Amino acid sequence: MPAFAHNTTAVLLVLGIVAGMRLMNSPRTAVKGNLLGSFCLLAAIILTLTRHGLMTRGTLWASMAVGASLGAALAARAQMVHMPQLVALFNGLGGGASAAVGLIVLLQASGGVDLFGRLGSALALSVGGATLSGSLVAAGKLAQRLPQPPIRLRGHTALTMACLSGNVVLLVLALFPGPGAGSAVAFLMLLAALCFGILLAIRVGGADMPITISLLNSLSGLAASVAGLALRNPLLVAVGAIVGAAGLILTQAMCRAMNRSVLAVLAGSTTQAQQMSLDRARTETPAAPAAPEHKLSPEFILETARKVVIVPGYGMALAQAQYQVKALFEALEHNGKEVTFAIHPVAGRMPGHMHVLLAEVDIPYDRLCEIDDVNPEFPETDLVLIVGANDVVNPAAATAEGTPIYGMPVLDVGSAKHVVVCNLDDKPGFAGVPNPLYTHQGVVCLWGDAKQTLDDLVTYLGGH
Amino acid sequence: MSAWALVVVFVVAGAVGYRVIRGVPPMLHTPLMSGMNALSGVTVLGALVTTAAALTTGSRALGALAIVLATTNVAGGFLVTHKMLRMFKKE
Repeated sequence: MPAFAHNTTAVLLVLGIVAGMRLMNSPRTAVKGNLLGSFCLLAAIILTLTRHGLMTRGTLWASMAVGASLGAALAARAQMVHMPQLVALFNGLGGGASAAVGLIVLLQASGGVDLFGRLGSALALSVGGATLSGSLVAAGKLAQRLPQPPIRLRGHTALTMACLSGNVVLLVLALFPGPGAGSAVAFLMLLAALCFGILLAIRVGGADMPITISLLNSLSGLAASVAGLALRNPLLVAVGAIVGAAGLILTQAMCRAMNRSVLAVLAGSTTQAQQMSLDRARTETPAAPAAPEHKLSPEFILETARKVVIVPGYGMALAQAQYQVKALFEALEHNGKEVTFAIHPVAGRMPGHMHVLLAEVDIPYDRLCEIDDVNPEFPETDLVLIVGANDVVNPAAATAEGTPIYGMPVLDVGSAKHVVVCNLDDKPGFAGVPNPLYTHQGVVCLWGDAKQTLDDLVTYLGGH
Repeated sequence: MSAWALVVVFVVAGAVGYRVIRGVPPMLHTPLMSGMNALSGVTVLGALVTTAAALTTGSRALGALAIVLATTNVAGGFLVTHKMLRMFKKE
């Protein structure tokens, strides 16, 4: 294929991918957008193979067939509740592939790779390596194969900085390869990058996971893009950069939703157990009015309410109670009530996690409301039903200075007439801050497995 | 392509991606991330070219591994994204 035709096709494919991303703006067109994206990527593979005269290389096709079947098998078995760890795992694999590309180029650096090529491959190796190990640790945490609370080693920050600066030094060394030492430098660089990724990810606590996942997602795009710089492949540079920018936006959105900075999350300073301020939060929270003699029964509240808002949280995912939520939604609708869902941007373990779980059980997406739209509605709401949500409805976020959730915008459920909490227990959420909401007047708590609790409510409504 | 042209491609593509993604509603953030994640497997292009040009057996094996990892990322990523997006229904 002549160079002109090749370049034109490459530009068209990039435009196709951008158009596909634009279609992701609305749930009506998003399926098409994803299909367009995957088609463009397939075309890009064929274009690259043709360009380099590799269409007949059997080993390349065989390797791709193995990867494609692996991916298809993992995707086929995936349940919605496992989506965060699966995305993290895939992300790590992409990062690993970029690191491997960088490593191969560096190992052969004597073979006529110029300074720019070496810089690109050294960056691909570093960023890809950190993405690989960081994503695998994140996936392990999300799948609960690794301990959930942040792990802080002795001198954690110093170690992290040592890995980072070691990596930078090695990167500079790799730019000017002396005789013989090239491969040692490359492998040490990989080691430093892997350690950096691990140190970064083990220090992040459960509640900060959405931010970490977004950031790692951005890094895998960046790794692909710099690998493209090394190989002088503009298609790879462009698509990688687009993905990197997209991950950056999600990271920003998550940080805004939690009112914290990326640096604070990465430094682990937000998830640190800060016992002193927790104690202060406990004492400073205005004493709840003495519990009234008889609280209204949840059944009575449910029956008399007209406007109901359901607030799902990660607990719903853990209890796999989204089917019961759907049953309750239908029962309430059937009884003529107006039902909507209020979804906090960081509810769950990745951005948009709750929306996917509710879509899985066929809850129409136009009933899912964002925090800014729903907060003004709470004063006119008769009943807020909390299912496995804690930190995102914790009013202490406004007052408990120094705690991980301080300053985070929360769902203002306290201003509704009644609140029924269907959580497992009254323990603090991932942020570790006790929730004073539970003792407020007008709040009824039904502790226990949300599946059972909701089933009981559905049965009650069904009997009327 | 010259080094500087590639850097320009990098900057422009990043800016375009930033603008396009900003409009995606929070509702679709999980599928978006999963779809972007699949796209980051575009590194398979690099893996293919590098593996084909690899000189030693070790490099070829590493290259084959990179292709497997990247295609797992691409195929798995697009398939789970499709699975998720199909579930979103309006009333």
